Amino acid sequence: MKVTAQPTADTLTLLLDGELDASSAIVLDTELAKPDILDYRKVLIDCSKLSYISSAGLGVFISHLQRFQDANVKLVFFNMQEKVFNVFEILGLDALMTIVPSATEAEAA
Amino acid sequence: MKSALRIACSRRHLQQVRDFVRNHLSNRQLPEVTVNQVVLAVDEVVANFIIHANGEDETQFLDLELDTDGHDINVEIADHSDTVYLPGQHQNPDLSEYIRQGRKGGMGMTLVNRLMDRVEFFTRGNHTVCHLSKHIL
Repeated sequence: MKVTAQPTADTLTLLLDGELDASSAIVLDTELAKPDILDYRKVLIDCSKLSYISSAGLGVFISHLQRFQDANVKLVFFNMQEKVFNVFEILGLDALMTIVPSATEAEAA
Repeated sequence: MKSALRIACSRRHLQQVRDFVRNHLSNRQLPEVTVNQVVLAVDEVVANFIIHANGEDETQFLDLELDTDGHDINVEIADHSDTVYLPGQHQNPDLSEYIRQGRKGGMGMTLVNRLMDRVEFFTRGNHTVCHLSKHIL
């Protein structure tokens, strides 16, 4: 799992590349735990190259979501592959998180 | 068709486990979502055995066996440690509460139970075995 950060003025885009499991979740957790991430208005998660997510990966997002909400930082997922979206859907997380089809919609969210 | 794999109890081997399941199902021309559901269920159970039953002790090992029989896939995951590991079935976690608490874990077995048609943990001698099965077209 590789995480590439692309900061702009008030938005941080994180491009996830690879498989997010119990072994690699620490990489994403480290990125989301950085204190300065709360300086952005939005954190966009580009899932176009995310080919797999397990409960450990979902847990990383869940564990930071309240902290983001408390700091008024919006977390938005986009470009999610169908098989990855299916995992969010099975748990009902698609109703609790903002998941949009494209980068344009993510920027507008 | 049967396939077998033995791995040491390290989470570094989870990628190998997922590739093993994908490879086993590769000639069935199944939808990508269905393959991913089986891969995910096996990955979750194996991760639980590695982390919770074996404390990531790499001297311990797990045996996996996949058997595709007609329209069903049957999975056996056998833990060779002497720790009995029988997880509870968390069918309906309150995810809003998980978010509020910032919880990282507690969803894996819920996923497994929702993904597979049959989920059983039992003991064989001093060891724990998990059987999973799913109807696949």
